[in-house]
Amino acid sequence: MGRRTPLFELHRELNARIVDFGGWDMPVQYGSQIGEHHAVRRAAGVFDVSHMCVVDLSGTRTPEFLRELLANDVAKLKSHGKALYSCMLNEQGGVLDDLIVYFLGDSGYRLVVNAGTRDKDVAWIRARAAAHGVQVKERSDLAMLAVQGPQARAKAVQLLPPADVDAALALDTFSGRQLGGWFVARTGYTGEDGFEIMLPAEDAVPAWRSLNALGVASCGLGARDTLRLEAGMNLYGNDMDESTQPFESGLAWTVALEPRTRRFVGRGALEAIAQAGSPRKLVGLVLEDRGVLRSHQKVLVADGGAGEITSGTFSPTLERSIALARVPAQTGAQVQVDIRGKLLNARVVRPPFVRFGRALIT
Amino acid sequence: MSNIPADLRYTKSHEWVRTLADGTLEVGITDHAQHALGDLVFVEVPEAGRSVKANEPCAVVESVKAASDVYAPFAGQVVAGNSRLTAEPETVNTEPYAGGWLMRLKAAPGSLEAAQLLSPADYQKLLDAEGG
Repeated sequence: MGRRTPLFELHRELNARIVDFGGWDMPVQYGSQIGEHHAVRRAAGVFDVSHMCVVDLSGTRTPEFLRELLANDVAKLKSHGKALYSCMLNEQGGVLDDLIVYFLGDSGYRLVVNAGTRDKDVAWIRARAAAHGVQVKERSDLAMLAVQGPQARAKAVQLLPPADVDAALALDTFSGRQLGGWFVARTGYTGEDGFEIMLPAEDAVPAWRSLNALGVASCGLGARDTLRLEAGMNLYGNDMDESTQPFESGLAWTVALEPRTRRFVGRGALEAIAQAGSPRKLVGLVLEDRGVLRSHQKVLVADGGAGEITSGTFSPTLERSIALARVPAQTGAQVQVDIRGKLLNARVVRPPFVRFGRALIT
Repeated sequence: MSNIPADLRYTKSHEWVRTLADGTLEVGITDHAQHALGDLVFVEVPEAGRSVKANEPCAVVESVKAASDVYAPFAGQVVAGNSRLTAEPETVNTEPYAGGWLMRLKAAPGSLEAAQLLSPADYQKLLDAEGG
């Protein structure tokens, strides 16, 4: 038996198929995975993401600590509630995890880290926080719901006290706010508008039932994966890990090499790579032949080089197969993918594939 | 609860076998199998004329989640693959025992007997043992 979120019994009641995900017993689908995917693209869906770990940091030197810990620069966070996406690197520039950090003013900063890496992350953070006098608090008392889709915000605010509705609807993208006992953030992992809501564990089941009653579909990790891949978003452990660096993972935009005086973990390694040029890059692929791209399939490049698919699936929105692949830097516009011994043609594209319900790839 | 038609025979790897009027054998995957796989998005069936060995992978069914092989339940020759599934793979989900058939085979002499196909009751026992 794996770890369970406060919503586990409800998932069972809703006939979810439960799978192991990073040591957690999580719902992969309730009915049709494709149906759940379309619900999020066309209306609204709710996901249990309570397996992700909320870590609150406090202490006067927290900004200095985070500027050393993270490859992106929290000095960019000027306004209360603003969020930043960042990698946390090891000294070799390998990606320990990708995370979101929220600036919460005087109360400090909030990190949201991945489920599969949470124990490793918290140990890594604690080991470095002590020297700065930063307090690290794992918020195992919180559950987290992601409500996503074009109708998600309008539905989700109906769960809030009337006095908080305007404040929730006024949230800018990629920012969050504490409203009573709930922290509501306009973030997500689907390429649609919506909220991620961190709330006391005991509120999770009633909130889920209320969302269902408002017509928000229960959605599992299966749909979450096809949605994030269409949105061109990386999955830690698939598209990057400790053995890969941000420049070969489509994450150069998250590395703040300026200002040069900021000494963050992994900086030395990344500077060397930036100077020499990364030998590999992460690209999007669209399969032109029939079939389904899957992780670990071999990608053959025109000049004899080779790469590998890091995430692949059938895209329900595009009705064809798409993937992320790590390939040699000089890879051109066309590649071939080895699927069970057959070489199929794929086109190299720049993700995202789908955004706000609209196909960006023809 | 899975649908297990009484007039078919089954394999431990969740294929079903139907004997057609002309003696040809039609093969598909069971309701249990299609349900476990989820929404199918791609199906590859063998071409007519291909010879297959017993337990040889000869078709592929892919759901959003994963690809799975379908095995020849017995040795023989492919008479036809179900070309409808190229455009409509979801037929395997909606009608696994009818329009969702995968291939029609002519059994090699003695191969059907050697295959030791399961009765509906024995297939039900297999599912019960697997917790399905």
